[in-house]
Formats: sequence, structure tokens, C-alpha cells
Amino acid sequence: MSVAPGLIDLVTTSRIIICSGSGGVGKTTSAAVIAMEAAAQGRRTVVVTIDPAKRLADALGLGGDGIGNTPKRIEGPWGGELWAVMLDTKSTFDDLVTTYSSESDQAERILANRFYKNISGALSGTQEYMAMEKLYELHNDEGFDLVVVDTPPSRNALDFLDAPKRLTRFLDHRLYRVLMAPTRGVMKAVNVAAQAFVRQVSKVVGAEVFEDAITFFQAFDGMEAGFKDRAEKVLDLLTSPASSYVLVASPKRDTVAEAKYFAEKLAEADIPIAALIVNRMHPHFTDEFPEALRERASHFEGTDLGGLYRNLADFALVAHREEEHLSGLTEMVDPAPVIRVPFLQSDVHDLTGLALVGDHLFGRV
Amino acid sequence: MIIEVEGKSGLASMYGSPAFTYDEVTLAAADDATGRAEVRARTLTPDEALIEYLEDSNMGRISKRLMSSGALDMVSTAVPGIRDILVLGKIKQMEREGLADLLILDAPAAGHAITFLQSASGLADAVRLGPINAQAKDVLGLLGDPDRCQVVLVTLPEETPVNELVETAYQLEDRVGVSLGPVVVNGLYPPLPGLDVAPKVAAGQAGASLRPGEADALATAAQFRRDRMELQAEQVARLAEALPLPQLHLPYLFDAELGPPQLDELAVAMLAGVGALP
Repeated sequence: MSVAPGLIDLVTTSRIIICSGSGGVGKTTSAAVIAMEAAAQGRRTVVVTIDPAKRLADALGLGGDGIGNTPKRIEGPWGGELWAVMLDTKSTFDDLVTTYSSESDQAERILANRFYKNISGALSGTQEYMAMEKLYELHNDEGFDLVVVDTPPSRNALDFLDAPKRLTRFLDHRLYRVLMAPTRGVMKAVNVAAQAFVRQVSKVVGAEVFEDAITFFQAFDGMEAGFKDRAEKVLDLLTSPASSYVLVASPKRDTVAEAKYFAEKLAEADIPIAALIVNRMHPHFTDEFPEALRERASHFEGTDLGGLYRNLADFALVAHREEEHLSGLTEMVDPAPVIRVPFLQSDVHDLTGLALVGDHLFGRV
Repeated sequence: MIIEVEGKSGLASMYGSPAFTYDEVTLAAADDATGRAEVRARTLTPDEALIEYLEDSNMGRISKRLMSSGALDMVSTAVPGIRDILVLGKIKQMEREGLADLLILDAPAAGHAITFLQSASGLADAVRLGPINAQAKDVLGLLGDPDRCQVVLVTLPEETPVNELVETAYQLEDRVGVSLGPVVVNGLYPPLPGLDVAPKVAAGQAGASLRPGEADALATAAQFRRDRMELQAEQVARLAEALPLPQLHLPYLFDAELGPPQLDELAVAMLAGVGALP
């Protein structure tokens, strides 16, 4: 495969590799394989996974109760180092709160608050932000040469880029100022409308739920600046040349459409795509046209030969269609290398399986 | 009526229709000749449901501004599950109004499905009085009544999806108490004759001669299909063992991406499966 060197370069030189794409296309597996290859190339590598399938987590030593929000070393036949982290959104957030609180009892008050506990579970975008926060933290850890990160499956392509801003806006929001200081000065007119809303909502959900919110924002007061500053640094890193984006897709029509949308959004943000990985490609068995094979299948209908031709025609059709779907996407990411990984015989859930995917990804098959 | 609650499902493009909106569209018209009824589709997101709720409560004037100001983010953080109950509450209302003979909710994927359906019991406990409590109790009534509501779990005949389905099934029974319908296994390769016959032998039997290289291609492709079918059969058996629910099998369609004719084909397979249920 002539395109393979592109991905090898990426693995040997990048500081950060971000695997992005829609759900169910093999993002986590691709991230793990890239990290493993980097370790094999002698680099000290850490991979951040988000919600991996259980057996893959086990393979990475992240199974069981040992939720690995701190890097765990994986032993294997590599000259470098391979570490893995399974993102724990809440612990990551807790660490941030502890870092930016001015005195220890401020952190304690926040961490014990019910509204705060809900943020990591209920506020959309928090997982995306914390994944990027983890990335930032590991990037600044001198123990690692390369950080590979798997992005959460998002409905919107660039949620992880928007998330830091979104969260700081949430924490800094006017509505909370209203909750905290209901009738302060010039804001009074706005406050009257907002308070009407709060009263209405209180009637529906009960006033006590806002008490937690008010307590939280009182405790949080003064930390917004630290959070905002941090969010800006994270965003700068994500949009800097240190970060390489690998787009992961599968050759189905709807996932290719999503990958195209993703590629467009990255282009709009002036972020180049470093490589495109297409997983779960059906194998290419023949150069003959599917129509011709179908004709032969019909001609021999009812015989074993007819069945064999029908089968070959089936796969020729699928392969044809997959290439058709991909053609627009490969043009969009040009000149980035495009790596096609075939449908494998079984799910990848151990280091041997990952190594096999690696052989495909890095052109050793 | 099909209800989408999470972004694009690909269903709209299958019908060559623009993305669905909060206003319903007709995907397939009724046809008296064949006795087919119509199929409609719409979206139902928490934001949209809240705007409608606010309009109904005479707060329509400020609803848009409240949405864009992130008010829902605040409320849903203060009361987790409120986004989900807005959606489920609206569906319960649609069911009560008899807007369709059958409402099909394209629910969130495995992980979120549990929290989504659990929101009602969580809220009924957390908010003891008022409209939210009443709403949550009504939704619990809907979810707990097998005559009104069932969950159909769908999977692929592959290891990880089967594992996730089994786990989801038990959690739904334990934590939501909703009735489970048959399980759908999607994408099974249909069997073909001759897959275990050497191409040259098959050609001899049919009195045909193969082109150069063809025997290899036919044999490798046949081997690939046999292997995949074997793996699929293993997963189907594993699923049957882990979960005592009837299965409905849908074929993998090699012909084309899904469109109305392919959906018809799948519907026929689905109906055949339903007809054969005990």
C-alpha cells in the first residue's frame, strides 16, 4: 500500500493525534492501534479512550473496577511505552475544581454540591470538554511524547471544539447572576423577566432544586476566570499545528455523509485532516463488473455455480458501492493518506487483534 | 408515526426526504388498493417540547429567548432527567390523543437508552408534587403497561452489539420494568447454494467453463461468506442462550443502500418473522 508512509510519519512525529468521526466506526480501536504503533516506534505514548467496549477495555488493562482516569501502563513487545486512560468525566472535572479553587474548603463545598454533581452527568458537552481537558493535561506531562485521543461520539461534528466555550458560558451565565443577586443595579429590567421565568420553573420543578444551583454558583464565584483561561488554552492547543486530526469512517452512505460534514467543518476551522481511516471495508474479490456476474448467476440459477456467481456478484456490488460512497470524501481530504481496513473476521478485543489491525493500518499486509 | 429523538437517523434520506422536523411529514401515503396505511415521521427534541409546553402555558412570548439563553441547560442540570421526561411526556400525550395507530420511537442508543427510560421513575421520586410529578407518573403508567408500550431491541450479529443488547435488556427489565418485545437481529447474510462446493466442480456439474482467475475469486468470496455466516450464527445462538426472547431476523441487503423498495423487502421479512412468533 503506497499510502501507508503518511500514517507512519504521523505516528513518529506528532505530539497529539485526535481520532474523530461518528459513533460505531471503530474510532476507539483505531486510536488504540495508532498508540500501539507509536510505542512500537519507541515513543512514550498515552491513549485516552472514551467508553470502550468492555473486552477492549480489558485488553488495555482498563477493565474491572480500576477505572483508569490516571494513565495505566500496558506491557507489551514495544521499545517505547504504552499507557492508557479511560476518561472519567467527573474525576477530571473534580481535579479542575481543586486546581482553581483558592482555598481548600471552596473545593470541598463545590464537590459536595448536588447541582455540581449533576453537571458531569446531565450537562451536554461536559464529556467532550473533559476529554479535551485530559488531552491538555497529558500533553503537558513530560512523561509522554504522544497523546492519542478518541473523541466522544457527537451529534455535532465539532462539539469537542465548542465544548470549552459552552461550559464557561454556562458557568458564567447571566441567569445565575440573577439567581445569586436578584435585583442588582442596571440589570434590574432583565432580572424582572428572568425572575418571572425562575418563578414559573420553580412552580413546576419545585423551588428547592434552585437552592442547590444558587449554593453552587455562590461557591463557584471567583473561579470563572481560571476556568475561562484554561478553556482558551485548551482551544489554542486543539487548533495549533501540534494537534493532528485523523478522520475515522466506515464506507456506509450515512457514515460517509457524516464524515464529509465533519471534514467540511474542520476545513472551515482551518484545521487540516492528517489522515482518513476507513474501517470495515468489504474485501475486493474481483475486477469483474457486478452486472456481468449477476447475469452469469441468473444464467446458472438453481445450480451450485449459480450460487457461487451470486455470491461473488453480491460482494462485487458492495465493494463497488463502498468505493462510490468514498470517492467524494477521499477528494475532500486530499492530500491526506486514505487507509482502508478490511472487515475483520472477529471483533478486536485483545492486543493480538489490535496488532492485526495495525498490520492493515500501516501497510504490512 | 415514527418519532426521532436524536439527530439524523438516516431514515429521512432513505425516503429521499429532507431531514425531519417538529412538524410531521408523510413518508408513504395510504393505499386503499393494498390496504396499506400511511407512514408519517417527525422529530421530538427536549428544546422543541419545552417551547411547546411554554406556549401552552402562556409563556410563548419569551420561550425562544429563554431557550437561546441556555435556560434549559440550567434547569436540566438542576433536575437531571427533565429533558427526557419532556420527550416522553409528549409521546404519552400523543398516545393518549390517538394521533396514530402505532407510535414508533427511534430511541437513543444503548448507553443512553436506560437513563432515558429511567428518567420517569427518577423524577417521580425526586419531585414529589406538581406537574412534573404527575407527568412522570403518567409516563411510568405508559412504560409499565405491556398493552400500550414495548421495547424492541435491535442488534447486529456481532460480538460487541450482542453484548450490549443483553446488558441493556436486563437493565431495562430491572430498572425500568418495561416489557420487552422480540429482539431484532439485523444484517444476516442470506444463505446461497454451492458455497461449500469447489468452483471447478460446480462448473463441471453445470456444464460451464470458468474464465481465467475466476475459480480463485469465486472460492475466496465463498470462503469469506461461509466464515462470516458461521460467526453470525454463533452470535445468534449466543444471544438466544443469554436472552430468552424470540428473535426476528432481517437479511443483509447486498443490492443497494436502503430506500423504499429495500424497506419493503425488510418489512416482508419482519412480518414473516412476526407471523412465526409463538
